[in-house]
Amino acid sequence: MSKSARKEGFARALFTLAAAISILAVALICVFLFANGLPAMFQIGIPEFLLGTTWKPGSDMYGIFPMIVGSIYVTAGAILVGVPAGILTAIYLSRFAGSRVASVLRPGIELLAGIPSVVYGFFGLMVLVPFIRVTMPGRGLSLLAASLLLGIMILPTIITVAKNALDAVPRSYYEGALALGATHERAVFRILVPAAFSGIMAAVVLGVGRAIGETMAVVMVAGNQPVIPNSIFDGVRTMTANIVLEMGYAADLHRGALIATGVVLFVFIMLISLLFSAIKKRGEER
Amino acid sequence: MTSKILRALVYVGAILTALVLAGIVGYILINGIPHLKPSLFEWTYTSENVSLMPALVDTILMALLALALSVPTGVGAAIYLVEYARSSSRFVRAVRMTAETLQGIPSIIYGLFGLLFFTTMLGWGLSLMSGACTLAIMVLPVVMRTTEEALLAVPESYKQGGFALGAGHVRTIFRCVLPSALPGIVGGVLLALGRCVGEVAALLFTAGTVAQIPDFGGQGIFAIFDSCRTLAVHMYVLASEGLHMDETYATAVVLLILIVILNMGANFAAKRLKRGM
Repeated sequence: MSKSARKEGFARALFTLAAAISILAVALICVFLFANGLPAMFQIGIPEFLLGTTWKPGSDMYGIFPMIVGSIYVTAGAILVGVPAGILTAIYLSRFAGSRVASVLRPGIELLAGIPSVVYGFFGLMVLVPFIRVTMPGRGLSLLAASLLLGIMILPTIITVAKNALDAVPRSYYEGALALGATHERAVFRILVPAAFSGIMAAVVLGVGRAIGETMAVVMVAGNQPVIPNSIFDGVRTMTANIVLEMGYAADLHRGALIATGVVLFVFIMLISLLFSAIKKRGEER
Repeated sequence: MTSKILRALVYVGAILTALVLAGIVGYILINGIPHLKPSLFEWTYTSENVSLMPALVDTILMALLALALSVPTGVGAAIYLVEYARSSSRFVRAVRMTAETLQGIPSIIYGLFGLLFFTTMLGWGLSLMSGACTLAIMVLPVVMRTTEEALLAVPESYKQGGFALGAGHVRTIFRCVLPSALPGIVGGVLLALGRCVGEVAALLFTAGTVAQIPDFGGQGIFAIFDSCRTLAVHMYVLASEGLHMDETYATAVVLLILIVILNMGANFAAKRLKRGM
């Protein structure tokens, strides 16, 4: 073999190896998470673990049902807050904004995407929580605070993905609507939005993924009581919060139960990303 | 009539977003800038000065180490996908699928994995090294995706030019393709850097919270196995202690400034990429 052919082969092998790292990483994450989480889950009993409503590590009771419900509630709240505002902003940026306004708003949204979750959490703690405490019942640290904050945090994800979907609709759709006598607004809402529907749904699903996985901001504003909340003014603990709050000092079965919480969260995320690929695929087929 | 309502709705949505953005950034700046005192930038942290300097240096070390691991891997993987792979092969599909999976995994899961693997199994303890390796996996898909996009945007003729001059495949990649994709790659690296700077959940149980710069003078390279806290972790610790609110605001300002600089850099790189074509 000539020297240059060997060099080519060596480079090719290196690049292939680099590509294989992501497979290796996912495999390692799965193995370590499941190997450390599943035994604890079996020891506690799967129904007791998933459906148990009492989380008392002190007396060896590990039911994460309140945390599963908490994660779902908080995510649903975030969607209620973030999706309408996000989609409307995407529509604005895609079809209404003048170039000067867009040139200010777009980097602003990038900044919103870049702000670390601790900064969001701190803002929530210093502004949203006291505001809710003063104007509404409860202590302020609540499902409501977490939902509002997460709704803000998923805005940039939703705006960016939904805007890309709207921008990708062919110009002829819009022109056709105008030619049929539709106003600008009618053309946008009756023709462009339906045409971009699968992309907008993808944006929502991505938002759900971000909301359910968010940790630090939620821990700072949600109150973190491991019970199912009765109202939006009650405190709530998510799966992510459960892990981050107790992992620092947990040992033995308690530690295993926290890792198992991570396993459940991981399964949730996998389901969401399956949904995401299904939506994306359907959009491509159309 | 409905047109007017729809238009009003769109404007309300956009204004709401703009207000939220202005509100958060304005609030942090107004409350933080007055507290940016010189004592915050003293070389060592004490409970008196609450200096953020060690955390700032740790952030830079952590991010550089994470990028040193993830950028060659991510760029190499993207080169493989664009230049070598046949898109139908099972291996390529597995690479793409796992990269997408990595992108969706929440940072707390990375933190758990880092704790189980780097900190416990490999015995690296709470350390700069454990934290950086965890972050490196976390940002790998970001580097991969942006590099792939940048490589795909390079005109085919550049490559053909390289081949026509008698260069081999590797030389063509490094001399013709990579240089013109460089701004895009830099943009991706800056994005990854932004994620490293803002991360907390993945670092809390891998790098720990010791407010010190690793002692490279005393221990040499082994100082990478010292625990340290990045700026974002520092801010989280301060906020949850609740004793130094003024300093917490000031730390938030420094974090915001870092993010703004990184964003501007990424946008500048993207513009260069477009103009270069």
